[in-house]
Amino acid sequence: MIEGALWRRWVFYNIPLILFVFVLLFPFYWMIVTTFRPDGELYLPWNAPNYMPFWTNNPTLEHILYLFEETNFARWMFNTMFIALVSTVISLFCGVLAGYALARLNFPYAGGLGTAIFITYLVPQTLLFIPLAEIIRNFQLGDTPWSLILTYPTFLIPFCTWLMMGYFKAIPKELEECARIDGASRWKAMVYIIIPVAVPGILSSGIIAFTLSWNEFIYALVFLSSPDQKTVPVGVTSELIRGDVFFWGPLMAGALLGSIPVAIVYSFFVEHYVSGLTGSVKG
Amino acid sequence: MAEVSLHKLNKKFDTTHVVKDVDLQIRDKEFMVFVGPSGCGKTTTLRMIAGLEAITAGEIRIDDRVVNEVPPMDRDIAMVFQNYALYPHMSVASNLAFGLKMRKFEKAEIEKRINNAASILGIESLLQRKPRQLSGGQRQRVALGRAIVRDPKVFLFDEPLSNLDAKLRVQMRVELKKLHERLAVTSVYVTHDQVEAMTLGDRVVVMKDGLVQQVGEPLELYNTPANRFVAGFIGSPAMNFADVTLVENGGKPVAEAPGLRIGLPGELATRARAKTGHKATLGIRPEDIHIATAADAPEYCFEATVEVVEQLGSEILLDMRAGPALMVASVEPTLRVRAHDSLKLALKPERLHLFDAETEAAI
Repeated sequence: MIEGALWRRWVFYNIPLILFVFVLLFPFYWMIVTTFRPDGELYLPWNAPNYMPFWTNNPTLEHILYLFEETNFARWMFNTMFIALVSTVISLFCGVLAGYALARLNFPYAGGLGTAIFITYLVPQTLLFIPLAEIIRNFQLGDTPWSLILTYPTFLIPFCTWLMMGYFKAIPKELEECARIDGASRWKAMVYIIIPVAVPGILSSGIIAFTLSWNEFIYALVFLSSPDQKTVPVGVTSELIRGDVFFWGPLMAGALLGSIPVAIVYSFFVEHYVSGLTGSVKG
Repeated sequence: MAEVSLHKLNKKFDTTHVVKDVDLQIRDKEFMVFVGPSGCGKTTTLRMIAGLEAITAGEIRIDDRVVNEVPPMDRDIAMVFQNYALYPHMSVASNLAFGLKMRKFEKAEIEKRINNAASILGIESLLQRKPRQLSGGQRQRVALGRAIVRDPKVFLFDEPLSNLDAKLRVQMRVELKKLHERLAVTSVYVTHDQVEAMTLGDRVVVMKDGLVQQVGEPLELYNTPANRFVAGFIGSPAMNFADVTLVENGGKPVAEAPGLRIGLPGELATRARAKTGHKATLGIRPEDIHIATAADAPEYCFEATVEVVEQLGSEILLDMRAGPALMVASVEPTLRVRAHDSLKLALKPERLHLFDAETEAAI
């Protein structure tokens, strides 16, 4: 808290905070208002007499109905959910094991290997999709969910590995040593002691990995082409923008419905998530 | 029933040699304490006995079995760690049960052992709690309980009391001693606190720079330290040292420094005579210095100026300067003395120690 006079608290704390919250939440607000606004209001010119950009008196569900009746939106949701879940599970599994190995098994070049894994995360996807497209074509995986399920881990595994490595390093070594003296093998010590203690870290990397794959755009755009294979971000933008015509109502409805699962995931795990990122292991 | 023997034990981390040729026999039911300053190799030695650290060279036997290559789980040992290492996601009862479950004990037997250990340690009411709901002393007890339920051949303790506050530490020290008498299991205990070493140990190993300096019963280390390091490390306040030259004075050997001349009695004189003309270090414990009276022979007396008076209630510590040497004397609490006073003090001649200036070994 800022101490001192009231004006100081307003200038240095309250006003910046309000501005920040406004900037963050306004797009959401805009999305919601547009979703429920009838087309007749949406396309009014700004200088029309009854122009009311921030509110509507005639809310409608027509855009949401349009999404489900005229487009494959339900199918896109399912695709996105399936792809995000499977690639998150694969990445978490690999990331937890790799992170543990890099943090705890003292093998030669462990440090170098860790850095190398991190560097692969730094290669931008906008470059990586070109060679990956070639690979996907060679394996004839184009236009299937597997093209994404197998390519998302290329950036999710390094990410999960690094997050988990840091988390495992923060867990006292003695816990594991004690378990091994208590009669557990290295594997059992990991399964019964280290992984349960690391649950907050595993949840955080899982949530972030899920969000990253849920929102991923470039690979989905390049590797998928038929309408019923698409994910939400690609489906909404490719099917609801036709040429230079933007179907704003359904677009925003799709964006709103598409962000709900992520919001649910975050709010459900938020406590674990915070303690995972701050790396607190209470003895 | 277990003896632990270390034979020419060595440990190197890359280029640093942290444990050097340690030879030691730990007897059955003995409470052996390793003590030394940090970095002396005591914890590494303990970890090698536990099997948590690979052995560079040498041999460790538990009873007659060489355990160099035996994994920790098969050595039949239990260890208490400095930070307790309680499993944070398990209740106290599960913490105690973990080692037994891993060894596939019957459920009834596990329960019996947990209840037994809990009643020994007085933690029956805590069994359902999680470690984070416990105080430091309670966590310490649970860590002990986890070792007790296993009924191992050897207990290993790695500075188990150093995370507790001073009062609790004294209390737990006493309990540990009682516990050892009751359970009579061979124990190896590592500490940097010489008071813990003296009070707990049947025998004590003093280590420094990876080398064993002396092994012996606590009073043996106190009365006849093998070298200057042990002399300075054991005992509180620490032994006083003065750099002296050994000379003959009227046919008698004396230790001499500018402003200080102390006669050497009996056997010490015989041993010192062989080193006449050499430099040496004279050692005397603060409790072996007192205010001189007419009964004290003049060759064991010296003059000193008091610099600081430390009132402890049960005794007074006088920080003094005698010639070039700074000394501490522990004197009667009734003595009236102030800083800058000049005093005539006497030593107990039979309690004098002499150390070679070069090798630092006792003369």
